[in-house]
Amino acid sequence: MGERRRKEYYFLAVFFTIFVLFLYGPISAILILSFQGPNGGLTFPMNGFSIHWFFALFGEQLVGDFKAAFLRSLQLGLIVMVLTIVVSVLAGLAFRKKFFGSTLLFYTTVASLIVPSILVSLGIGLLYNLMEWEAAWYSSGMGAHLTWTLPFGFLIMIAVFNRFDKSYEEAAKDLGASNWQTIRYVVLPIIAPSLIGVALFGFTLSYDEFARTLMTSGVKNTLPLEIFGMTTNVTTPTLYALGTLTTVFSLVVILTAMGIVFYMRKRRERYGSDAGKGV
Amino acid sequence: MKRYNPIVLIAQVSPISAILGLFLIVPIATILIVSFWDYSEFMLLPDFVWTNYTDTLGSYVTYKTYLNTFKYTVLTWIFTLLIGFPVAYFLCFHVRTLRWQIILFLICTIPFWTSNIIRMISWIPFLGRNGVFNSMLINLGLTNEPLEFLLFSDFAIVLAFVHLYTLFMVVPIFNSMMRINRSVLEAAIDAGANGWQVLTNVVIPLCKPGIAIGSIFVVTLVMGDYITVRLMGGGLRASVGVMMWNEISLLLYPPAAANAVVLLAVVLILVSLMMRVVDLKKEL
Repeated sequence: MGERRRKEYYFLAVFFTIFVLFLYGPISAILILSFQGPNGGLTFPMNGFSIHWFFALFGEQLVGDFKAAFLRSLQLGLIVMVLTIVVSVLAGLAFRKKFFGSTLLFYTTVASLIVPSILVSLGIGLLYNLMEWEAAWYSSGMGAHLTWTLPFGFLIMIAVFNRFDKSYEEAAKDLGASNWQTIRYVVLPIIAPSLIGVALFGFTLSYDEFARTLMTSGVKNTLPLEIFGMTTNVTTPTLYALGTLTTVFSLVVILTAMGIVFYMRKRRERYGSDAGKGV
Repeated sequence: MKRYNPIVLIAQVSPISAILGLFLIVPIATILIVSFWDYSEFMLLPDFVWTNYTDTLGSYVTYKTYLNTFKYTVLTWIFTLLIGFPVAYFLCFHVRTLRWQIILFLICTIPFWTSNIIRMISWIPFLGRNGVFNSMLINLGLTNEPLEFLLFSDFAIVLAFVHLYTLFMVVPIFNSMMRINRSVLEAAIDAGANGWQVLTNVVIPLCKPGIAIGSIFVVTLVMGDYITVRLMGGGLRASVGVMMWNEISLLLYPPAAANAVVLLAVVLILVSLMMRVVDLKKEL
């Protein structure tokens, strides 16, 4: 058994390594190619090494208004993130018990994840069209993004509350805490690390969302739409420079979120509890 | 414990209900209504006609397009499963410490949080005429001329899908595997099962819900896709999403809506077949 197991281990370890290379290989290629020399093209070999294409990116005539698109996506991502956290936590609290319509609401939320994005895009686009509302990234676009981020946040909250030890809450109540105090000083601190996870989903899924933004963002483009526009008319490594910048930005966001969770864990291990601080 | 205060309950569930109502239910109802409307060159004409459906369902092109979309879906599903299952298996049963499990799992999930479009674009340096693969093949003497079919082809489309969506298979399967009680595996071995029998008779059946959830993700994402087929197919390949998008850009909303309803029906049928294996609420 041991010999077989070791063989299986090495085989799978190699398989896993190849999978990771497959995941990261292409993206690292464009990270490298974005530093092409001024005469370099879209493929290897590197023709010199420069930050020429990053400068080209900020010259507006070439690629359209990428800075404004980035700021729009950033703001939208933050708004969607906050709404996703608040709405998911509220819904998660309600779903700790069955209530009239809970099954319907549960499956509607799951459906929001399963309905093809192009339908959400078309539906919201048509609705705004018929109602003669003006579609914009911060109204219809935001709604479209929420249909994608909320199910993730909601399902995470359900999973979190399924594992939540209710005796903490009962203890708080026995000690005379009001409902609000129980939630504010007991429930929220316990679920805080998961909320960072929900925030990460909310922000990055919105920041990168393309299909659901297509017909819902109005006249002004979000960053993914801008990048998609570039793919059809930009044939220089500027495209890669933009790819590198947004990827680095995403990585910073992800690593920050993971860092916060890690820090919270450590702090908790060190201090254990915040008993007596909730007055 | 006492029952919920109805006011509190309403305050808790109304935000999510309102958002999903306004941005999911009402829009889909709108699609359904518009799919029965008539249209002229410039405007939508409220009506109740079946022509949008008869046009779509009576057209040979529609079936061909669905067939092509199913082809992408099935290929992507097979490859994501064949890659995702061993990856999850390795993480769950061969990585011994929790710390390394978390680290390797995070390495797998990070790309999920980055842009899909950038991840598609990043195949260009590999698959292009002068790309890495072609130079490699030429250097190895396997071919004299660069292969044209690498970029802008069915191959590129499926490759991009597998690249983007394998993670959606890994995570639910990993989740199912982590719930398998190790003593069940030991019992199987004690009862004389060999490694292969443990895998096929114990592990795989217990992973069915995870496989089903992963499959639901992959199938719905590929069925409704527009952008991957458009980008990686170079605008030359057809899928249901591309067909709909072409109609939308020509402002042919009622036919696009009819197509959307058909697509939704197809997706829901596929999902309900796969859901037979899962009790979603138990998976959380």
